[in-house]
Amino acid sequence: MGRITLEGVRKSFGSIDVIHGADLDIEDGSFVVFVGPSGCGKTTLLRLIAGLEDVTAGRILIDGVNVVGVPPAKRGLSMVFQSYALYPHMSVRGNIGFGLKMAGLPRAEIARKVQAAAATLNLTDYLDRKPRELSGGQRQRVAIGRAIVREPKAFLFDEPLSNLDAALRVQMRLEVTRLQRHLGTTAVYVTHDQVEAMTMAHRIVVLNAGRIEQVGSPLDLYRHPANLFVAGFIGSPRMNLIGQRAAARYGAATVGVRPEHMRVGRDGAGGAEGWAGTVSAAEHLGSDTFLHVDVPDIGTVTARCIGERDIVIGDSVRLDPEPDRVHRFDRDGRALP
Amino acid sequence: MARRSSTARTLVTTLAAWIVGGIIFFPILWMVLTSFKTELEAFAMPPSLLFFHWTTENYATVQSRSDYLLHAMNSIVIAGGSTLIATAIAIPAAWSMAFAPTRRTRDVLLWMLSTKMMPPVGVLVPIYLICRDTGLLDTRTGLVIVLCLGNLPIVVWMLFTYFKEIPRDILEAARMDGATIGRELVYVLLPMAVPGIASTLLLNVILAWNEAFWTLNLSTSEAAPLTVFIASYSSPEGLFWAKLSAASTLAVAPILVLGWFSQRQLVRGLTFGAVK
Repeated sequence: MGRITLEGVRKSFGSIDVIHGADLDIEDGSFVVFVGPSGCGKTTLLRLIAGLEDVTAGRILIDGVNVVGVPPAKRGLSMVFQSYALYPHMSVRGNIGFGLKMAGLPRAEIARKVQAAAATLNLTDYLDRKPRELSGGQRQRVAIGRAIVREPKAFLFDEPLSNLDAALRVQMRLEVTRLQRHLGTTAVYVTHDQVEAMTMAHRIVVLNAGRIEQVGSPLDLYRHPANLFVAGFIGSPRMNLIGQRAAARYGAATVGVRPEHMRVGRDGAGGAEGWAGTVSAAEHLGSDTFLHVDVPDIGTVTARCIGERDIVIGDSVRLDPEPDRVHRFDRDGRALP
Repeated sequence: MARRSSTARTLVTTLAAWIVGGIIFFPILWMVLTSFKTELEAFAMPPSLLFFHWTTENYATVQSRSDYLLHAMNSIVIAGGSTLIATAIAIPAAWSMAFAPTRRTRDVLLWMLSTKMMPPVGVLVPIYLICRDTGLLDTRTGLVIVLCLGNLPIVVWMLFTYFKEIPRDILEAARMDGATIGRELVYVLLPMAVPGIASTLLLNVILAWNEAFWTLNLSTSEAAPLTVFIASYSSPEGLFWAKLSAASTLAVAPILVLGWFSQRQLVRGLTFGAVK
């Protein structure tokens, strides 16, 4: 079991409030991702759950038991650090088995469990190596091995993939997700990368300036962002946020249209709904074409076309937002129904 | 582009290094040579470097006049004991300052260092009186305590600096893995800080071994270490250079040997963290 509940959790460092009261329910077996810009408090929130920081106010329940004041080791969680934090003087075997050794398990059992964990992570051939003799990806695996071997109630991941190169990151993303689904253990994963959040999570928690902005499944957040912050943060390239007259036509203070929800026409005439403009930059990726279009009175609007389009800089184009994909926000940035 | 060094340049640098090394080493060489001269030759002007009548009579005299082994034993107990106790106190102290600092940690560190800014003679009278009243005068225990306290600030500072270099994450990982503070220290922190701890130990042994002010003032015979043994040869009746040199050579020999064998560890520790 590994159900984690936060009730009014606050954290201040001196006079600075870092978390302004977080309420959250993490279901057993789910993969929850905390995402937000740097400094939003996502790592702090994870460390509060881990017990590496003390809460200023509020309760943290693990399987219904309040763990505030309980030392990290007694919470039954394990953590994978951004820096891997392997013990440099121990072999891979020693690193993975350290937690079990601390728990006082018999040697034979430790050896068996370490073997099993190493087999899961393809580390069997490296068990006698020191961390410095491993590549970045292997070190990452050892850090994960150290976490899974203890069969914790939940895994806590603190930006574990940010030190890997892009290709390896994509691969490890898959491996971590697969492993979590296979083990069925609750996972809380912190990242600033919204692609990681979208691809890995059952549920995403979007944080901004110490507040939870929205909680939901990846597509929930994509389809129905609760406010401007979530709208701008989830999705790549960013949603176009347009104010003033163009928004007033939709009866909102701001409207948002995702680049992929924009029909692009060759004609520069401009219909009643659409916006006419000039292409200021065109990015041809083959699979997609990104167009940055300067629209008078509105500014630069990004549009995404599937496949190859023979549009070049300086062309006049017309952009038509798909009507049922236009997001409307009020003056305070909250989504309108 | 790598800098090309010409042969002449290398030659000059090497020569300069040897000259500087020679100047630093000269007093020790002089001392060792003098210890093999007769008292007359030790005073001779101009002095002869190698061509003199080599004799070991000074060593024999020194050994018969005073008990070298007793003094050496005292030195070992005092230097070793004060170092071990200081390290045992300093490791947890440096740990807490490095990994669980409070608002006052910096002040405490500076205050500890400030005790080294005062000349020891400033507190000679109170410490002498305390030792006299507690019966610690001329005892090994007394000297161990005084030297331990005297060097403690340096030991804490050095260990603090080494511990600071150790990533916090690793200790937190150990905590998540279920290690108590004690086990975190023993299994994770200490093995990682071995070079730093070793050089701290060595430096402290050397400092305590050569410490002359407190040992001369607080001991006379029973607990007198090698520093007192040397000093006894510079007497009011006249300087006996050859015998003084023999005594000094005997006194520095053990620490020189220790330093020689541990120089790699010592250099590694003293430059710990300077290069990644």
